[in-house]
Amino acid sequence: MRLISNMSNKTILASLCLMLSITACSNNTAAPEDQSSATVSPSTAVNETNKDEKVELTFYYPIAVGGPLTATVEGMAQEFTKQNPNITIKPVYTGSYADTAVKTQAGVQSKNPPDVAVLQSTELFSLLDMDAIIPLDDYIAEEGGDSYLSDFYPAFLSNSQTGGKTYSIPFQRSTIVLYYNKDLFQAAGLDPEKAPQTWDEMRDYAKKLTKDGTWGLEIPVSGYAYWMLQTFALQNGNNLMSEDGKKVMFNTPENIEGLQYWSDLAKKDKVVPEGVTEWGTVPSDFLEGKTAMMYHTTGNLSNVKKNAKFNFGVSFLPKNKSYGSPTGGGNMYIFKDIDKKKQDAAWKFVQFMTETERAAQWSMDTGYVAVKKSAYETERMKKYTTDFPAALVARDQLEYAAAELSTHNNGKVIKALSDPIQAVLTGSMTPEEALNKAQEEADKALAPFNK
Amino acid sequence: MDNRRFRFHWKTNTFAWLLLLPSLLFLFLFTFYPIAKTVKLSLFQADLATLVPVFIGLDNYTNLIGDEVFWKVMSNNLWFAIGTVPTSIILAILMAIYCNKAMRGTSMVRISFFYPTMIPMIAVANVWLFIYTPQYGLLSRLMKSIGQGDINWLGSPQYVMWAMVIMVVWKEAGYFMIFFLAGLQNIPHDLYESAQVDGVGRWTVFRKITFPLLMPTTLFVSIVALTNSFKLVDHIMIMTKGGPNNASNLLLYYIYESAFSFWDQGMASTLTVVMIGVLLLFATLNFFGLDKKIHYR
Repeated sequence: MRLISNMSNKTILASLCLMLSITACSNNTAAPEDQSSATVSPSTAVNETNKDEKVELTFYYPIAVGGPLTATVEGMAQEFTKQNPNITIKPVYTGSYADTAVKTQAGVQSKNPPDVAVLQSTELFSLLDMDAIIPLDDYIAEEGGDSYLSDFYPAFLSNSQTGGKTYSIPFQRSTIVLYYNKDLFQAAGLDPEKAPQTWDEMRDYAKKLTKDGTWGLEIPVSGYAYWMLQTFALQNGNNLMSEDGKKVMFNTPENIEGLQYWSDLAKKDKVVPEGVTEWGTVPSDFLEGKTAMMYHTTGNLSNVKKNAKFNFGVSFLPKNKSYGSPTGGGNMYIFKDIDKKKQDAAWKFVQFMTETERAAQWSMDTGYVAVKKSAYETERMKKYTTDFPAALVARDQLEYAAAELSTHNNGKVIKALSDPIQAVLTGSMTPEEALNKAQEEADKALAPFNK
Repeated sequence: MDNRRFRFHWKTNTFAWLLLLPSLLFLFLFTFYPIAKTVKLSLFQADLATLVPVFIGLDNYTNLIGDEVFWKVMSNNLWFAIGTVPTSIILAILMAIYCNKAMRGTSMVRISFFYPTMIPMIAVANVWLFIYTPQYGLLSRLMKSIGQGDINWLGSPQYVMWAMVIMVVWKEAGYFMIFFLAGLQNIPHDLYESAQVDGVGRWTVFRKITFPLLMPTTLFVSIVALTNSFKLVDHIMIMTKGGPNNASNLLLYYIYESAFSFWDQGMASTLTVVMIGVLLLFATLNFFGLDKKIHYR
């Protein structure tokens, strides 16, 4: 009766092969084929714009906030084709920001990139290192150069620019704001129209608001620890990195103080939950009344507005030396290695998507901050903000906002910072040790770019 | 005469090869070629700093030895395997024996044991994310109702691994039960009857009859369970992203991070080679070590 053993051997072998192929496949997508950087753009042949020639653009976009936004984006693309009959847009919904980055990267390496895409504004240096995108300065110059750019909020543009060039146009951008539950403020004897303004006030308020079953404040950690640390760093004076993306300043006394303040809120004052708090559960905790205040992206404004069963307020993050918040969100990039004709069409599309009226509408649909100043002068936006002044808070905070952490080798640098922060919040490191370690790891990751 | 025999051989061989061709083609395309490519790439520096990959010999491997996250991930994976494999196998055997008894409602019991297997891992992760949520999660409420403190299961380095292990055991045990159930039903009844006639105790019956005869199934299941413990990664994406501070990070997720977050393909390939090595090691151990000791009828 060796039959059984033979049988099971075969099944085992088959399953083994399957498993190998799975692991191998998951890696194979990452394998770079010949990455020749020779980019001879065929611009000479196609410079004359043929009016009858049709252009089709592939447009990758992620959705990072709630709501039926794919329909909105597709509607915008159709509207664009109506205005420009020669250009068809093929919008491709590509999942989260991370998924979109992966798909784009795969496309770039197989020489089949999207023509235009919305990617995180912090992808700038990665895309440059992959030699995947083009600078937009020539196009911008045609539109009037600096006067064109000056309509965009500088805090949003700062993630687009390096070395004197502009590589992307802000599209859906956010900052971090403080949401607070006015009903709980009242119950704790606090003025519901006045949010805490300084770090000390924040501590006092949070202490008063912390009750059994309700935290005073929640700050999300998982996945965004670096972003939250940036708020404390900016409020304490300086951002975490240099403009050329080659240096980080993690272990300064100011940042150590900031991280100390954050971890004290949890460990000493016990007004913030200890350990790592999930990004996604923070808004639900807030809506459930399990926390009286939260730090979260403005991208959540529409969600909170729709679902809060209590009065809520939105305000600046509390300051120490100054107010401050990093920006976040996605910009539009135009890709290299495609026809000049397509690039021209893509620029038209980018402009269309960030037009004043459309930027205003997109902001109202999503809760993102409109990227242009003029968007706030439009009728629809004025009407919207008179009914809902909270929508203006994030815009006003932009005066104190700065670029999101973005460097060469960004993935590694962010992990180098996020892991030790988590170690501090879970109690296995002091802020000083953690930021020294982060600095050391990040320096290692950045070393090849400083040669 | 010779010529004819040769032609006959040639004919049968060709026929055999033709039959094998489709699967060989796919094996080559999706298994051997990618593995070879991965091994090659692991000898190159291919990250954001090097647009064109540079040959660096074994440097990636030496760097790996100095990478503390790598060792953390390996030890996590070891604990994950130790936590999930024996527990889910023992549970599966118990569940199978229970389900194998002739009694009313067996099919209900079987379905309820098996249903976690039918849910996709992503959905499972989301469900358990809620179960583990502090304050109003299911577990948290349960603990409060029996007067225990609140634990942030996924947010504390000392608990997160256990939380994952429990979830995976819940998910996997029902799947393995099916194999054991099939194994049990293959054991001839007369063995049990004669044991009964001889008045042998239940534990001895299990030890001397059931367990040895289930051994081929156990071998198969243990390979699947071991490899699964290195293959499961979906839940990390949903629940912790490897945190806090890598406390729940596993090898495959670290490969994913290296490839798609750090864009360090040389290092990702190196890690993949390590992974393939580990899996092959398990397979060899099972085939050449355990296999010999197993009693096939």
